[in-house]
Amino acid sequence: MNSHSNLKRGRRLGITYSAPMGVWLTVFFLVPLGIIILYSFLKKGLYGGVEGEFSLVAYTQMLNPNFLRVFLRTLWVTVLSTFATILLALPCGYAMARSRHQLLWLGLVIIPFWTNSLIRIYAWIAILSSEGFLNETLKALGIIGESLQLIYNQGAVITVLVYMYIPFAILPLFTTIDKFDFQLLEAARDLGASKPESIFKVLVPNIRSGIVTAVIFTFIPIFGAYTVPLLVGGKDSYMIGNIIVDQVTKTRNWPLASAFSLVITLVSTVGVVWMLVSTANERSRNRSESKVADPTGGVV
Amino acid sequence: MKGFDVTVRDVSRAYGDFKALDNVSIAIRKGEFFSLLGPSGCGKTTLLRIIAGFDSPDLGTVLLDGRDILPLPPDKRQVNTVFQSYALFPHLSVYENVAFPLRLKKLPSSQIDAKVRDYLHLVQLDAHGDKKPSMLSGGQKQRVAIARALINEPNVLLLDEPLSALDAKLRQNLLVELDHLHDQIGITFIYVTHDQSEALSVSDRIAVMNQGKVLQIGTPYEIYESPATDFVARFIGETNLFPATVVSCVPYADYYMTTLDIPALGSEIKVTDYDNLPEGQRVSFTVRPEKLKITGEVPSKVGKDINLFKGVVEEPVYSGFQSKYYVSLENGTVVKVIQQHANYMDEGPAIAWKDQVHVSWSAEDGYIVEVVDS
Repeated sequence: MNSHSNLKRGRRLGITYSAPMGVWLTVFFLVPLGIIILYSFLKKGLYGGVEGEFSLVAYTQMLNPNFLRVFLRTLWVTVLSTFATILLALPCGYAMARSRHQLLWLGLVIIPFWTNSLIRIYAWIAILSSEGFLNETLKALGIIGESLQLIYNQGAVITVLVYMYIPFAILPLFTTIDKFDFQLLEAARDLGASKPESIFKVLVPNIRSGIVTAVIFTFIPIFGAYTVPLLVGGKDSYMIGNIIVDQVTKTRNWPLASAFSLVITLVSTVGVVWMLVSTANERSRNRSESKVADPTGGVV
Repeated sequence: MKGFDVTVRDVSRAYGDFKALDNVSIAIRKGEFFSLLGPSGCGKTTLLRIIAGFDSPDLGTVLLDGRDILPLPPDKRQVNTVFQSYALFPHLSVYENVAFPLRLKKLPSSQIDAKVRDYLHLVQLDAHGDKKPSMLSGGQKQRVAIARALINEPNVLLLDEPLSALDAKLRQNLLVELDHLHDQIGITFIYVTHDQSEALSVSDRIAVMNQGKVLQIGTPYEIYESPATDFVARFIGETNLFPATVVSCVPYADYYMTTLDIPALGSEIKVTDYDNLPEGQRVSFTVRPEKLKITGEVPSKVGKDINLFKGVVEEPVYSGFQSKYYVSLENGTVVKVIQQHANYMDEGPAIAWKDQVHVSWSAEDGYIVEVVDS
């Protein structure tokens, strides 16, 4: 009886403690999201804004082949950048986890956050532009004669996106790899696995949750990116984020901007749900396993 | 005899200033149950890791069946390891853990299935194939690790303190099973342990190591009955150990009757030895507590070669099949005496706390051992 009322009180306390968070999320996330959903189904106003009349025009406009092409390109750039980010972040996280100077490496990963992201993108412009650092260095070394077109194309967008989001991949990968028992790799080698086999058959399956987190943390922001394609991209790197900005500021088609925002939200939600489901499965599996474990300590 | 012989020749390995292995040479025979025994940090695990291929020596060679294996990576050596922490793959079931080496070889699945079932049966885990390692007890995990290490049919099995994480009773059972397994499979076992009783009970031969050096290699009987150095005498079993100086060495038919001056005992004692030691040589003298006789009266058969001391029982420790007495001799030095309670009538009057007793041993029961700073 006593424990039951304790449980009840605990539940009430939980609600009390989470109330500020709930209010915050309601006011600054749920309400705006509701407004966006609402706007996407309204008629566009002449000078921006909306008129109070139901309309599906925004969604029919979205099916325009030009927009479809931008959607597919965004997906392609996002998948490619996420893949490259994870591929680079994995060895980084591994090296950091095995290093004796973990704090130093962690510091180096975090320090770029102290500088505004716009400034860091402009730094990339200084590096990649035709009179930039990279071209001038290559010319001085006599490797190239004329400047290469390194900026205002998709390659530049992907490079800078990978640079921007790699810390978000390194950190979750580092934390999971740090908990990994490296003797398992020795065991795999001992049992006949080559070095790559030991990595892909033993390390990767055991740090799956870290990889999933890293993918989510890079995929979602890259999918909605607009400053990077705007500043270092060319005509071939226009992304959904840029559509939204242009629809709000230039074309003044708020319903269409809202509809595209919903697309980003939906794609991201699918990702988050996938992450939650897979980690929840893992956790429930571990829980059921520990329950079955022999309580006698294994008298055989 | 199946299995390969393993020859370790002049192997040294240093980590910075720390010499993990200092010019170690060991010849392990085909099919032998060979133990590397020593305290932690003595280099035994480093040596095992060098044989497995996880570490490489600064100097020296390691031969497997006469061939140099040092250039080979771990996956190309015909040795397999049972790790101290088992190192089972947590994402795979017991069955898949055991099947892991076969799947790497891409054998047909019917062949894999038959072999995995065989080896799960060998370690009596037939019913546990579907479980994840986290669902198993320590003893069961150990068996999975053994089955997984054996399924590749290695010629040498390396065992790195495989029982140290288990409780004492289970350890005894698994030790016997391991011994049976060795008899059954017949390959070479190299067993690393810091537990002298484990090593004594299962090994064909033992190498006692300390501070990166091999102090003695021999059968359990040789190691226990005639330790080569003071460290070996102290590390293996219990003993009474005293610094001593050689007074005289008289040759007999097949031994030397040596007289030692032992300041701690306050007198000279006699001991047989096989070496003609120079007068004045500093040595250590050791005698096992169970070789000492403890009697209330002066023992009747006091011959020429008996060493006899009077003392007071300070601390009798009864433990069922035997009693241990800490006896304070007349000059204050304490010696340990162990008396077996084999037969009810053997004992004579019981010995109790503060009793005046006589402690004696024959010259053949003591040993002269080399002094090694340790």
